[in-house]
Amino acid sequence: MALERLFRRKRPSGENRDVPELWTKCEACGAQLYKKEFKENLYVCPKCGHHHRVPAPERVEMLADAGTFQEITRLKPLDPLGFVDTKPYRERLKAYQEETGRPDAILGGTCAIGGVPAVLMVMDYAFAGGSMGSVVGEEIARGAERAAAEGRALVIVAASGGARMQEAALSLMQMAKTVMSLDRLWERRLPYVSILTDPTTGGVTASFAALADVIFAEPGALIGFAGPRVIRQTIRQELPEGFQRSEFLLKHGMVDRVTDRRRLKAEVVQVLRHLHPGVSYGTGV
Amino acid sequence: MALEFEKPILELEKRIAELKETARTTGVDLEAEIRLLEERLARLKQEVYGHLTAWQRVQLARAPGRPTTLDVLEKAFQDFLELHGDRAFADDPAIVGGLAYLEGEKVVVVGHQKGRDTKENLQRNFGMPHPEGYRKAMRLMDLADRFGYPFISFIDTPGAYPGVSAEERGQAWVIAQSIQRMSRLRVPAIALILGEGGSGGALAIGVANRVLIMENAWYSVISPESCAAILWREAKEAPKAAEALRLTPTDLLAQKVVDAIVPEPEGGAHKDPLKAIQNIKEALLRTLEELKELSPEELYQDRYRRFRTLGAYAES
Repeated sequence: MALERLFRRKRPSGENRDVPELWTKCEACGAQLYKKEFKENLYVCPKCGHHHRVPAPERVEMLADAGTFQEITRLKPLDPLGFVDTKPYRERLKAYQEETGRPDAILGGTCAIGGVPAVLMVMDYAFAGGSMGSVVGEEIARGAERAAAEGRALVIVAASGGARMQEAALSLMQMAKTVMSLDRLWERRLPYVSILTDPTTGGVTASFAALADVIFAEPGALIGFAGPRVIRQTIRQELPEGFQRSEFLLKHGMVDRVTDRRRLKAEVVQVLRHLHPGVSYGTGV
Repeated sequence: MALEFEKPILELEKRIAELKETARTTGVDLEAEIRLLEERLARLKQEVYGHLTAWQRVQLARAPGRPTTLDVLEKAFQDFLELHGDRAFADDPAIVGGLAYLEGEKVVVVGHQKGRDTKENLQRNFGMPHPEGYRKAMRLMDLADRFGYPFISFIDTPGAYPGVSAEERGQAWVIAQSIQRMSRLRVPAIALILGEGGSGGALAIGVANRVLIMENAWYSVISPESCAAILWREAKEAPKAAEALRLTPTDLLAQKVVDAIVPEPEGGAHKDPLKAIQNIKEALLRTLEELKELSPEELYQDRYRRFRTLGAYAES
């Protein structure tokens, strides 16, 4: 599991004290970026091209055609095991809900993408590291079933540390549930596109995210099964440069394309229009 | 080898043996004392084994001498013929499989294989498969489907191997594919968790119509040690993590993650492996009988429903 990153101590809040609020700093090259322009550039550093993480609602805006998105995710998490570690799971959930304004780590809805009818599901890394518990699993499965029932394509943007530990075996079972729900699309011959963003690891990579008709990865994203720290502990060696990054996965044949975020929608639309049986060459839907 | 919590039992057993030896060699009548100690031993065993903590069960699940997949295949099945290789890269010794008969019925079997000693454990990578292991498992699922024979899997892994080689060859991808392949079987599928059911590496061969678990086995999203290292920042808090994860067979039954528990001899399967294997065989035969009535399509739908309904959430 790669949830370890989530529980690392938060950065000191005073880190950017010398930078006025209108400005932010590139995580990779340290360049001073005007926030408004940075957002307009889809959170990609105009200086070095580093792809920063994107909040879920803005991810929806980047992919869904303007004004078409209708939210369908609505489930709330429970605490089926009464899980307590250094803090009760219930309290953790409440804190994440207040922080993100979302019941759990997924935002999904129906929309059009380049005119193609779709169900778009976006994982929210800001909520418990995008971890998959019962809610995320059930929403993905419902999303896939709904897409199949309504003749829509399915697009999932993954950003997750893996299965959620606090729901233990029930989280593990969501891997099987989500994978099985994809059969409904398969039967109806509807396309499923998976977009892997930084980071996508553990039980999410090892279930629905890896089984799409076409898989995109964003440049430089950490993608894998085990987290780097776990691997380092296992092999007791430093990991090679670029290990488990998108480009490494492309080289090893695991993803179809590593695509710059600024071209991502255009490429996704091309795939959807090609694969969706309701769209023919050069015509509308 | 005794586990820490079993030491009082072992000490008492040793004292009884010593008394018996003294009685034999000296001719002194110690029968009353011996009987008293034997009664105390029975009570102690009941106290210890009847109230095992989650962490104690995890330790029993890993006890040396516990039946492994190959032990079960040799003793509960007939004419097991091992088939090797993934037809792409290598043969993974951490997963074994092949053809066998169960009370005369043709079946295809797959399971994680731990070593029975240190040398074999190194060769078997402690039961932690690489991608080629799962590819071999999928090949055998294809075989079961093509010829219409029941597919039986044995789960016993701390997890899929978390290493550079495994990542390079797409560990996440093959686990996802194996889950998908198994879910699509049109034959009866039974999974039995023999010892450790560690995360996606276990689930990859666990998408069965019925999932059984040994009385002293565990199944969860992460090992207690790794969970403790992340949430408590200390691997030595594993006993707390084991408790919190609700990974024991009775907990899993309540969550509907497993369908039935296979009883073990007192003190664990390693104390009397043959008895444990007999119990396994009976449970498999019973479960196979239950699934006999279902058509290929019904078997697929049954499995879909089984996993589709798992989880806990609130509608808003």
